[in-house]
Amino acid sequence: MAVKVIIPTPLRPYAGKQESVEFDARTVGEALSRLTTRYEELRKHLYTDEGRIRSFVNVYLNDQDIRYLQKENTQIKDGDTISIVPSIAGGTRS
Amino acid sequence: MLYLSEELAQRIRTQAAESYPHECCGALLGDDRESWREVLDLFPLVNRREDSPRNRFSITPDDFRVAEKAAQKAGLELVGWYHSHPDHPALPSEYDREHAWPWYSYVIASIADRKPGEMKSWHLADDRSRFEPEEIQVSKPHQSMVG
Repeated sequence: MAVKVIIPTPLRPYAGKQESVEFDARTVGEALSRLTTRYEELRKHLYTDEGRIRSFVNVYLNDQDIRYLQKENTQIKDGDTISIVPSIAGGTRS
Repeated sequence: MLYLSEELAQRIRTQAAESYPHECCGALLGDDRESWREVLDLFPLVNRREDSPRNRFSITPDDFRVAEKAAQKAGLELVGWYHSHPDHPALPSEYDREHAWPWYSYVIASIADRKPGEMKSWHLADDRSRFEPEEIQVSKPHQSMVG
């Protein structure tokens, strides 16, 4: 299934400055795997050292957060769009 | 190099004072160039971290999208984020680093007892190992560097 992955601005320097990339994939996880295989430098910004998607990285299939679907096992239909949307967090030491 | 006018810096300090003792937050809208970026407007946001707003801030993906649309509508880019550190220095914490995105400018405004302290900007290293300082200048690049 052909899927378009939209890359957010802060990650474009690690993805050949592309705004979006298209892949053939069956699931969201497979599409993200292909993305980070093609652009290895993206991996550390999207995944923890343990291989989990970082908490502040939000992945949407079309307009739905995959946390409320089948997460990375969410099936893709031809023409779907995956968006990586940041959430921003921080704070002091204490 | 981050260009941030005194007027915009003052708006951040005012928001930090109004939010004290809670952390304030917002988006930096501006113009990104090869070797410098300029903040041209702010987009204040609500700190969604209700359980510990004194030492944490959170901007949801929905708020991110609202800020991004506001930047696009103004013909600007979302170049970074600002937040306050109540009663703490303007230094990024380990928690800041763990949750940071590359490329963005992270402006931190220190505030103590509602009195503004120093303001610094930081940039996440490519390997995520540390924040690097980003110099803040108040002069306008289009006056001194372009035309």
